Amino acid sequence: MKRILKVIVALGIFGVALGLLITSPAGLAMIKGGQVDVATGAPDLSNGETMFYAGGCSSCHATENQPNKTLLGGGHALKSPFGTFYVPNISPDPADGIGGWTPAQFLRAMREGVSPGGSHYFPSFPYTSYQRMSAKDVGDLFAYIKTLPAAKGRIRDHDVGFPFNVRLALGGWKLLFADQQVFKPDPSKSTEWNRGKYLVEGPGHCAECHSTRNLIGGIVTSTRFGGGPEPSGTGYVPNITPHANGIGNWTKKDIAYLLEAGFTPEYDSVGGSMTPVVGNTGKLSAADRAAMAEYLASLAPVEGRPKKK
Amino acid sequence: MIRAALIVAALAVGATAVVAQSDPIKARQTAMKAAGDAMKAPAAMMKGEQPFNLAAVQASFKALNDVAKGGPALFPDNSKTGGDTAADPKVWTDAAGFKTAFANFEKASADAMANVKDEASFKAEFPKVGKTCGDCHNGFRVKK
Repeated sequence: MKRILKVIVALGIFGVALGLLITSPAGLAMIKGGQVDVATGAPDLSNGETMFYAGGCSSCHATENQPNKTLLGGGHALKSPFGTFYVPNISPDPADGIGGWTPAQFLRAMREGVSPGGSHYFPSFPYTSYQRMSAKDVGDLFAYIKTLPAAKGRIRDHDVGFPFNVRLALGGWKLLFADQQVFKPDPSKSTEWNRGKYLVEGPGHCAECHSTRNLIGGIVTSTRFGGGPEPSGTGYVPNITPHANGIGNWTKKDIAYLLEAGFTPEYDSVGGSMTPVVGNTGKLSAADRAAMAEYLASLAPVEGRPKKK
Repeated sequence: MIRAALIVAALAVGATAVVAQSDPIKARQTAMKAAGDAMKAPAAMMKGEQPFNLAAVQASFKALNDVAKGGPALFPDNSKTGGDTAADPKVWTDAAGFKTAFANFEKASADAMANVKDEASFKAEFPKVGKTCGDCHNGFRVKK
């Protein structure tokens, strides 16, 4: 009896060790093939700037309480049901920001959610969307960020309670919610639709807020784009699918105009965290906004929460 | 005739004030709705759905400026909760910031009235007015 118990305990320890090994950043890289397709050649800074606005980097990473949205000193407190995340400095400062990173380290951070030091990032950094981005776009983005002003100062650690503060466990979370598949165009659809899907699902990371999340913070697939509670705790993020509870009566032009100027077809001005989003999408090309509208209008309708009158 | 018009206008202003006192939440929702209505024509012109019309645009800027001027008074201390208000508590805890947001809206709409003379100046000024809406809705309004 005692021996059986010992075997069970040993097996248990072995199982946990194996699990941690598999879900460690190195283990996951082996399972999912790792991603070594770092872009080569001269970066396209103009495309990098487009990716910067499409990705909404400054909405979270810009230094707080100052007007320059390209000063990426971080510090913003991102409240969530799991605790408060303090957004890091991603300015090109070599000591406090990401100035000392290699393009390969930046690519891995963006698509695998792994730091240069080899630990898992929390998915408050939306690598679940950024994983769709092409190596070229990520490389151009990195080159663009390196042209921005450096900001001093490291940001404090996250304030997340047990058990969510165990970064080792995030590997298991990634197995469930991060497939690390780069975007592949659908040849049966138009170039515009594919561009829109890429922007919405990849850099734009729209679904990260416009969906409902489960108890461990993964997006509930059936609610994707169907809206959900504001992660900070107050309010509700709207349904952006073509359902009567969402944007079913909007034209593609209406969607594109919201992304340009922030107005709904009733000329309500969107607020909350969508205001900085519009500040970014307003800087994209009209063609890119039209493409995003093309894709959003084609989504499967999700019922979501009944519309408030 | 002019006197009659003035009396009607005075009564209308008086009536608005009375509504504002008795039901400020309703009054500010009506004002915001009026601002939204005033956005319709110029936004359609921005989108290219309507031809540019200077008189219509100027009327809209005037209406927006009126809403901006009367805005802060529609948020008295006794209207923090109730009805289906979406006002964020910050309206009162950061009263100075809230007043500044409305002042920016007032200035942007007044600047537009002064500067918009043709379609080109309209396309340059209108987005500045629209931006002040979002600036205030981010922070002073709760998403419901």
